[in-house]
Amino acid sequence: MMYKTIDKKMLFSYLEEIKDPEVPVLSIIDLGIVRDIVLHDDEVEVFITPTYSGCPAMDMIATEIRVELATLGFKKVIITQTISPPWTTDWMSDEGKRKLKAYGIAAPDKRFVIPADGVECPLCNSTDTKLMSAFSSTACKSLYQCNDCKEPFDYFKCH
Amino acid sequence: MDNSLINYTLHLADTTLILSQRNSEWCGHGPILEQDIAITNISLDLLGQSRNFYQYAAQLINFSKHSEAKVSPSGGDLEGASEDSLAYLRTEREFKNLLLVELQNGDWGQTVLRQFFFSQFQYLLFEQLQQSKDEQLAAIAAKAIKETTYHVRWSSEWVIRLGDGTDESHQRMLHAIDELWRYTGELFEAAEYETAMGIDLAAIKQKWTEKVIAVFDEATLPVPENSFMQLGGKKGVHTEQLGYILTELQYMQRTYPNSNW
Ligand SMILES: [Zn+2]
Repeated sequence: MMYKTIDKKMLFSYLEEIKDPEVPVLSIIDLGIVRDIVLHDDEVEVFITPTYSGCPAMDMIATEIRVELATLGFKKVIITQTISPPWTTDWMSDEGKRKLKAYGIAAPDKRFVIPADGVECPLCNSTDTKLMSAFSSTACKSLYQCNDCKEPFDYFKCH
Repeated sequence: MDNSLINYTLHLADTTLILSQRNSEWCGHGPILEQDIAITNISLDLLGQSRNFYQYAAQLINFSKHSEAKVSPSGGDLEGASEDSLAYLRTEREFKNLLLVELQNGDWGQTVLRQFFFSQFQYLLFEQLQQSKDEQLAAIAAKAIKETTYHVRWSSEWVIRLGDGTDESHQRMLHAIDELWRYTGELFEAAEYETAMGIDLAAIKQKWTEKVIAVFDEATLPVPENSFMQLGGKKGVHTEQLGYILTELQYMQRTYPNSNW
């Protein structure tokens, strides 16, 4: 019966527990994937938006949201995918950007809407860095190498 | 009821699905690791776009089934259509993809040249489509154009790198142009359902031609004279290649109906 005492704001903080399976340091709230939550008694509808059209993590994220909300006692959980307005890295929280850097991924940077040399290295903060490939281990990142510390790193693209 | 919207959505879905399938054949075979990852990322973007189009087409078909819309000549009963049934259970003649995307990959040069021709076209198309009166097509296009921007940049860079590269790479690009050019005319030859949707292919053709000339100039590649253009894909008349792709793509669902991951 726990759901009776839960409001929308609390639900957002519960969903902080769910991480992006591909960047496990970021929650789906940090990423701005959860667009809205609508409560009606023991029913809840969560609106989520994919980062990229082909983001393979969306099914897993939807499943985890279902599990989390069922645990809280909701009888009916509806997950609705919306694609308009399209997701943008502008929706990523500052906290999210800080966590990304600490994890070794350069955060989206407005000066590099188009990935180019010079994105700040998340490991040594050098800006003497080189774009290796606009595409990297997941759709949302580009691959870089730092000319100072020589480490390769990912840059979370502005999108 | 007029089926133009359904047919047009299926055309967009089929085209992105088949190109995704083709590009994914490079998985594990790319010239170097970074480029293997790039082409498979592009493949994934296209697959995501095609899922959005198929889901929408399924919704339209299910909504219109009471009005006896005849969408599937062979599949007959498309009642309860889904993104999976549309991708896995339609036959070759029902696919409306562009011929360009079903052609064999050839070498790396041919694959990147095809991506270049297609992505330049898709970008201009999505620019128009995001203004469409149909809200869902507009939303899918507005989402996807961000991804296409990357595909355009990546494929343009490769055309320049190979065209203006070594003698060998230049020769291979000439060969690729020879193989692919006659399939580019279809991009701009409107099918009935495109005309009905109000897509201005003439405007796209003009801009596309300008882009191709600019990149080919930088790549020191000749722009072919317009000659014979092969048509048919939009109407379901395909090269022999599509049958092989569908055989592989649809094998599991046809052998083990309703199987799930
Ligand atoms: Zn560094």
